[in-house]
Amino acid sequence: MSVPTLRILVGVKRVVDYAVKVRVKPDHSAVETANLKTSMNPFCELAVEAAVQLRERLGAERVAEVVAASIGPAANQETLRTALAMGADRAVLVSTDNASAAANSPSLESEPLGVARALAAMQSRLNANLIILGKQAIDDDANQTGQLLAGILNWSQATFLSKIEFEEQSDWLQVDREVDEGIERLRLRLPCVLTCDLRLNQPRYVTLPNLMRAKTKPIETRTPSELGVTLNPHWMITRVDEPPSRRQVTMLRNVDELVAKLRQLGVLNRS
Amino acid sequence: MATVSLRDLLFSSLLSKVFLPPRAGIYFGPIRSRSIGYRRNFFPLKSCGERKLSTTHSSEAKCWRGDYAQLEKADIEALAKLADVSKPTALPSKRSETSSVCITSADQLRSYNTDWTGQFHGNSQLCLRPSNAEAVAAILSYCNQKKLAVTPQGGNTGLVGGSVPVFDEIILSMSRMNRILEMDEEHGIVTVEAGVPLSRVDSFCRERGFSFPLDLGAKDSCQIGGNLATNAGGSRYIRYGSLHGTVLGLEVVLADGTVLDLGSGKRIRKDNTGYDLKHLFIGSEGTLGVITKATFACYPAPLGTQAAFVGITGDFARVRHWLLDARRDLAEHLRAFEVMDAEAMMLHRSYSRGFRDPFREPHSFYILIETSTGITAERAASTPLETWLEKMIRSHERSDVIIAQDLTQSAQFWQLRESLPEMVRQSGPSVLKYDLSLPLTVFYDIVEVTRERLRQEALDAHVYAWGHVADGNLHLNISGTAPKAILHAALEPWLYEWTLQHGGSCSAEHGIGLLKSHLLARSKGTVTLGIMERLKAVMDPNGILNPYKLFKTCSRAE
Repeated sequence: MSVPTLRILVGVKRVVDYAVKVRVKPDHSAVETANLKTSMNPFCELAVEAAVQLRERLGAERVAEVVAASIGPAANQETLRTALAMGADRAVLVSTDNASAAANSPSLESEPLGVARALAAMQSRLNANLIILGKQAIDDDANQTGQLLAGILNWSQATFLSKIEFEEQSDWLQVDREVDEGIERLRLRLPCVLTCDLRLNQPRYVTLPNLMRAKTKPIETRTPSELGVTLNPHWMITRVDEPPSRRQVTMLRNVDELVAKLRQLGVLNRS
Repeated sequence: MATVSLRDLLFSSLLSKVFLPPRAGIYFGPIRSRSIGYRRNFFPLKSCGERKLSTTHSSEAKCWRGDYAQLEKADIEALAKLADVSKPTALPSKRSETSSVCITSADQLRSYNTDWTGQFHGNSQLCLRPSNAEAVAAILSYCNQKKLAVTPQGGNTGLVGGSVPVFDEIILSMSRMNRILEMDEEHGIVTVEAGVPLSRVDSFCRERGFSFPLDLGAKDSCQIGGNLATNAGGSRYIRYGSLHGTVLGLEVVLADGTVLDLGSGKRIRKDNTGYDLKHLFIGSEGTLGVITKATFACYPAPLGTQAAFVGITGDFARVRHWLLDARRDLAEHLRAFEVMDAEAMMLHRSYSRGFRDPFREPHSFYILIETSTGITAERAASTPLETWLEKMIRSHERSDVIIAQDLTQSAQFWQLRESLPEMVRQSGPSVLKYDLSLPLTVFYDIVEVTRERLRQEALDAHVYAWGHVADGNLHLNISGTAPKAILHAALEPWLYEWTLQHGGSCSAEHGIGLLKSHLLARSKGTVTLGIMERLKAVMDPNGILNPYKLFKTCSRAE
């Protein structure tokens, strides 16, 4: 049986840059994002890098194409350009620009269910058999899109990955998942959804020749209705607050003090 | 974290000519790395131990203690009272656990008495930390009357030994004067007290959409007062120019305790009314007065910045072509243009934890370019930087360029450039640092002749070069296993003579301090030096402010 070629779909999200300090709006309705520098979600960078490395490792015959997709306004083209410069072959933007006013709430792009549905629609258009996403976005920390997508498509999923390896000439993968207890090793089969965690790889720097090449690679724009998807908000954010400031730290001088303190807090039983 | 090896301890004791075993223990110096969300690097300084320093002669300054009074117990009590004039401070200083006004314990004084490079050790018995200008005035007035010497100190990150006492001068630390007083957004003016760390002013201005005109690698520890007293340069010099241009006003306390208001807090830019005295104090290295407050012009921050890292193979002439082109094609967009050579990148390979080579192959020179982006048409095809870089690599084949895609990557490029002083400190027991200004035609020649000279003398030492090449400022560092005294003898005064002969300066931005006081006459000539000395005598007749620095005074005790 011939080994199926891989058609990889990578989802990328544009978020407020990781290094920027965000503030809560005075009316506590949302985080202030106006005029802040945005860039690709760091976990999405890992996903793009993973897809490009797969093609480098398995060869161009095995990997037919790597497509980057993003759901959001026209500004997301910047993020897709980075994905193209890192090695994706082409990109698709699912544009939310002309969505109706009511639907254009701040959470529209964020909601994982809508994104998962859009990506599922993309998958059927592209006939992708491997979808790689970042484990979560740094603005909402939702950590849901990959899992929802696998459910919608009824595919296998492996999340929080720190290693991805294909078995020799096979459509089975061996992956390492980062879980609370340590590393979990799984074996799963195409088609599947993978989400990436920090230790998977180190995203490459974009070289200028690649950036120039990326400008010739196509970025298609599609609307949600073209894909047969409606992005209706399901959430309403009632209030956003900063986390409470940390309590005073007490320095203890020795183990006796530590034990006394723990007893005082009722953590240690007298035994 | 760097560890202090036994060899380090042995060398430090040998070189200081004190034959006492160093005390086993390490302590931490000021933080020098630029960091956004990265773990800060703490670097242990060489332990100096409980050495018995001579109280009348300094081997480091090569001179005798001046004719100043000895600090008595009564003086300490009186000064403690004067320093403690009650005015609230906004924030406790980061550097010590207690925010005490008067420090007399030897343990706590150790970090105040030692400079960042670990070369210079003072023997001060008292550190005063007032929180307002009135207290500073009272202290100086008292010291002037009693003829007690005073060393003003900011963040103590200076590299020429100007910030620590030579003998038992009283340390006047500005750390508690750390309030940002006012920001006028319409005029683009910020007023701060002298003890504010540079990184705090920088982020304060950035949060309000402004760009502070000064930026250094030592920004987390260095203080504004010290920056002004040394006329600090830094990586934004190319964009905003010298502090002489961006400071609008100062408040200074003179040696006799007079509080001089030189326009601090004013909200106008142009004021040609008489001699502009504030320029005397900028770069005076604490010898003419103590700066307590400063007002700066700050500029609206650009809408965006973009950073690129370039590797160039070839000779230095290529770097000069890149610089010339950058200035022409990028014009006002150019915010930074820093260079480092192949040896400096090797430092990273050897000493940087988790170092990632930015390019596949090594290059001869690396350039960090940062540009600003103003308002651009939506969906513009390329930024000015990208357009220019595309043009450059078409004409320079053997060059590699990477462009930062987010702020974290920009910070990584800056980290490559700004962590070099710490890398070189780890690289060898003997480290010599030179900060030279040179015409671009001979900028890298000096590096090559220095390497040749060390080769001829068969000395085991590497020469690393980096700098603010757009300003003609070279940081030349030599480090190796050869003993420091021998390296010193091989390179000085030859290196300084070479620099002066080729029309350069022996100290581009680090200042004179103690380390280069022997060069002042050679650099400026006796006539100019004479006028400087007369000026000093007028402003500080008793010579109590930061003595032994700047001028090569060498009084002998009777």
